[in-house]
Amino acid sequence: MVSGLSALQLAAAALVLIPGVGLSMVRLFRGPTTPDRVAAADTLGVITTAGLAGLAAVFDNPIYLDIALVYGTLAFVGTVAIARAIEGNRQ
Amino acid sequence: MSMLIGDVLLLIGSIFIALGSLGLLRMPDVYNRLQAGTKAATLGTLAILLGVGFHHPDWWAKLLVIAGFVLFTNPVGSSSIARAARIAGIEPVRARHDEHSGP
Repeated sequence: MVSGLSALQLAAAALVLIPGVGLSMVRLFRGPTTPDRVAAADTLGVITTAGLAGLAAVFDNPIYLDIALVYGTLAFVGTVAIARAIEGNRQ
Repeated sequence: MSMLIGDVLLLIGSIFIALGSLGLLRMPDVYNRLQAGTKAATLGTLAILLGVGFHHPDWWAKLLVIAGFVLFTNPVGSSSIARAARIAGIEPVRARHDEHSGP
């Protein structure tokens, strides 16, 4: 691995990030209402943005930062669109 | 030395994101879940970006753009979800008052 981070640092960060993804996924599947699921999906998008920034450091390649920016933009647009749809349904 | 600071910041950010997800799972209703998840995840993301900036100081411009973007979009998305939940008629959980709570 061409790496800025060592394998030990990568393992430590991943071991702490992966439970966050798992807990958000539990809320995503179990959420009693639709806004719960949207909130969980939004948090998953933020975690993915942070993980992509970490991957840029792991692979020593700044192209992952562009991917993180575009992913964050699309996740934000999706969140706002779903929120607007929830609002519009029950007025 | 700056590598060590970057590692510590990466670890702090990961811990904050995990704790935010734990709050997302444990809190009682939508509004508390949004509060816990969004704030802690924002702080964790900013710490991770700062840690990556300590590891690679020449990427600061892109990292600053991503940090400003996260700092702008997270509260907007969170308040948008909360507003949608309120309009959709989801009631917040009321605090329970019994003999052990204060006045």
